[in-house]
Amino acid sequence: MIKPESLLCPRPAGLYCPPGDFYIDPTRPVDRAVITHGHSDHARAGHGAVLATPQTLAIMAERYGAEFAGATEAGPYGQTAERNGVEVTLVPAGHVLGSAQAVVRWKGLTIVASGDYKRRRDPTCAAFEPVPCDVFITEATFGLPVFRHPPDHEEIARLLKSVAQFPERSHLIGAYALGKAQRVIKLLREAGWERAIYVHGALERLNRLYQDHGVDLGPLAPATSNTKADFAGEIIIAPPSALQDRWSRRFPDPIGAFASGWMRVRARARQRGVELPLVISDHADWDELTSTIDELRPGELWITHGREEALARWSELHGVKARALALVGYEDEDDD
Amino acid sequence: MRAFADLLDRLSLTSSRNTKLVLVRDYLAATPDPDRGWALAALTGDLSFDAAKPAFIRKAVEERMDPILFRWSYDYVGDLAEAVALVWPARPGANREPELSEVVDALRGATRAEVQRLIEGWLDALEPTGRWALLKLMTGGLRIGVSARMAKQALADMGKVEVAEIEEVWHALHPPYEDLFAWLEGRSDRPSAVAPGRFRPVMLAQAIDEEVDFGKLDPADYAAEWKWDGIRVQAVCEGGVRRLYTRTGDDISQSFPDVVERLDFDGALDGELVVLRDGRIGAFSELQQRLNRKTADAKLIAAYPAGIRAYDLLSDRGEDTRTLPFNLRRKRLEAFVTPLIAYNIDLSPLAEFATWEELAALRATPPDGDAQVAEGVMLKRWDSIYEAGRPKGPWFKWKRDPFLIDAVLMYAQRGHGKRSSFYSDYTFGVWTQDELGARVLTPVGKAYFGFTDEELKGIDKYVRDNTIERFGPVRSVRAEPHHGLVFEVAFEGLQKSTRHKSGVAMRFPRISRIRWDKPPGEADELPTLQRMLD
Repeated sequence: MIKPESLLCPRPAGLYCPPGDFYIDPTRPVDRAVITHGHSDHARAGHGAVLATPQTLAIMAERYGAEFAGATEAGPYGQTAERNGVEVTLVPAGHVLGSAQAVVRWKGLTIVASGDYKRRRDPTCAAFEPVPCDVFITEATFGLPVFRHPPDHEEIARLLKSVAQFPERSHLIGAYALGKAQRVIKLLREAGWERAIYVHGALERLNRLYQDHGVDLGPLAPATSNTKADFAGEIIIAPPSALQDRWSRRFPDPIGAFASGWMRVRARARQRGVELPLVISDHADWDELTSTIDELRPGELWITHGREEALARWSELHGVKARALALVGYEDEDDD
Repeated sequence: MRAFADLLDRLSLTSSRNTKLVLVRDYLAATPDPDRGWALAALTGDLSFDAAKPAFIRKAVEERMDPILFRWSYDYVGDLAEAVALVWPARPGANREPELSEVVDALRGATRAEVQRLIEGWLDALEPTGRWALLKLMTGGLRIGVSARMAKQALADMGKVEVAEIEEVWHALHPPYEDLFAWLEGRSDRPSAVAPGRFRPVMLAQAIDEEVDFGKLDPADYAAEWKWDGIRVQAVCEGGVRRLYTRTGDDISQSFPDVVERLDFDGALDGELVVLRDGRIGAFSELQQRLNRKTADAKLIAAYPAGIRAYDLLSDRGEDTRTLPFNLRRKRLEAFVTPLIAYNIDLSPLAEFATWEELAALRATPPDGDAQVAEGVMLKRWDSIYEAGRPKGPWFKWKRDPFLIDAVLMYAQRGHGKRSSFYSDYTFGVWTQDELGARVLTPVGKAYFGFTDEELKGIDKYVRDNTIERFGPVRSVRAEPHHGLVFEVAFEGLQKSTRHKSGVAMRFPRISRIRWDKPPGEADELPTLQRMLD
């Protein structure tokens, strides 16, 4: 059988497929790219040709303009495209709207480049589908046993309890603009919060895009529309960087919340001055990472970005051969 | 346990006093007995365990998971209880989550070996926040920034009573305080306050407003005393029970055996705890050597002997004297505190004056002796009863004018809570010479209040516009002879310090004025400060 490295291997621009002549999520402009999802460190502008899900293409067009690549090819979930005899199928990854694993098949060998993923339910995107494979390429953003995300609805319940407890204050939630913001809004709706949710201007276009793709976010209003006192008892969602920005002064004595897997560690919350950490992440936590490996039992595990050494050690201890790919240029979207 | 864990979690992440009060109040109102009583005891420091040593917890977790993965996790988190709470590999089929009272009951009857098995079972049943709270409780020391006083204030808010009413009965009650909650919820009468050696809530003074108050007050109505620079204490001996309390009711008897062994009387004294040698008061910095220590050995006691300068009498041989007017209490006090009572308990003398001008002169130039080191003067209405809290009118404090210097803003740090978008904590410096003889600034203090919200906006803008470097939440600000911002800084005293590069440390510094007009080159120099040393 052929060696997996001859099908996919790390190059300075990212993960490269020599027989198919394409990159997966390249960090610099290349001729042919397969893009797993719309976060800016994975989806960059300026490639010659891009294969991605229709939703990811729409997100890229929204962020970079319609001319973000020389040519685009929409690959709906489950539909196989061919590149010089190499088959590429995009399969849901459960990370954000349109996010996909790239299933790469050639001469009987299957490699799954999962991109960023999570296993728990997300009402704003399709759920991760496990695909049996010879090599599974996993992220390791939360690749330490301390990262164990609690159930989302418990985090939302803590937020709503705080809103009821401090009716004279506003709750300002930092959430990444693509994926996290819409998921938090949707989770609030599921928990019965029917009031208008106020959003920072930087979120508006992506909110609309989600709604155009059938994710009902309920009534939203710009966070600039009220006078200070009117925000008492309201929930406002903004990009994390706006939390400590002068922008936040328009709200009455806001309680700073931050929706991120990093909030699991108290020191991280304290460092950022977050009073109400919400442990809600679009990445797999330690238990999801390890149970996915256990479920797939791939011949080899390749680990891309995050805390590779801990996940590699766990895999070896559980009898799955693991190696770190040492790809550079990817960061967690919340870890600014 | 879940509700208690959520409470600790939120308390640990907020710095706002009002927020903490609401969180504790709501918890106490919503949680049933006896859980809330045990939680209250944990917050006030009346309940603590040393059931689990860190070494045991570490061993327990390493038996369940790869020690190397645990070490990496612990290194990342930095706190043992939190790291274990997060990584704990729970065995399936665990029992339901324990309630706080179940934990307390079980621990009280268990042997050491049983305790360890119990803790493992609880860790299996709880989720991470619950495990963290349990481990914090087990290893002693919640460290969540809630004082006993604050917990009692939240309790008072819950029951809509004055906090003094709670302090009055507190020392006669025991966890889980079911009788106390019954009273606060209107289900029973107030519990009895009778307990020998109990604390009595203290009476506090208002700061006098020189412009307004003196015009309205008659000097003949008031007695004046020196305001001593120690800490306020209450010394009680009743029925053989001896206690020394701080003004908030914390029992500090253990730390001051040299004082407690001399409480050979039957009554309750209100006074100042000071270092006292042959009737002379030592500097506050000497007293600090004795504060915040659990115990004191003979060497420490010999070096910094403690004593009480008494100024009020709250109980005299079983009689509650707090309802007597000050003039009568003072007579009783003078009869009570005689040179015979103890070598380290003496009477705080009255300062004689006839007019406010005379008192002003006394305050400005105190007579020889201890009065020289007093912080100012106290005024007490002759006819005032001893009333807990801070009533307006009967007692005033008139502090000595603070020291003032002009210093240059060097660093600014983001505030917390509602100030988190503002650079509101300032480090300032004065001029000195470096090894090469160049004129440079050296930091001498840090202050985060004394300015209005409007002024804060102005300083914040200045900091953002004049940043040289950023280190996390801190910015260094341009500070040059012709470009920078000068603060007039007020402080109560200056002590030598080996921990600060400048060699001095300020007491109670605050920004008194912002000198937008003053060139930084004209700010004060270090030798000026050195002359102000206590």
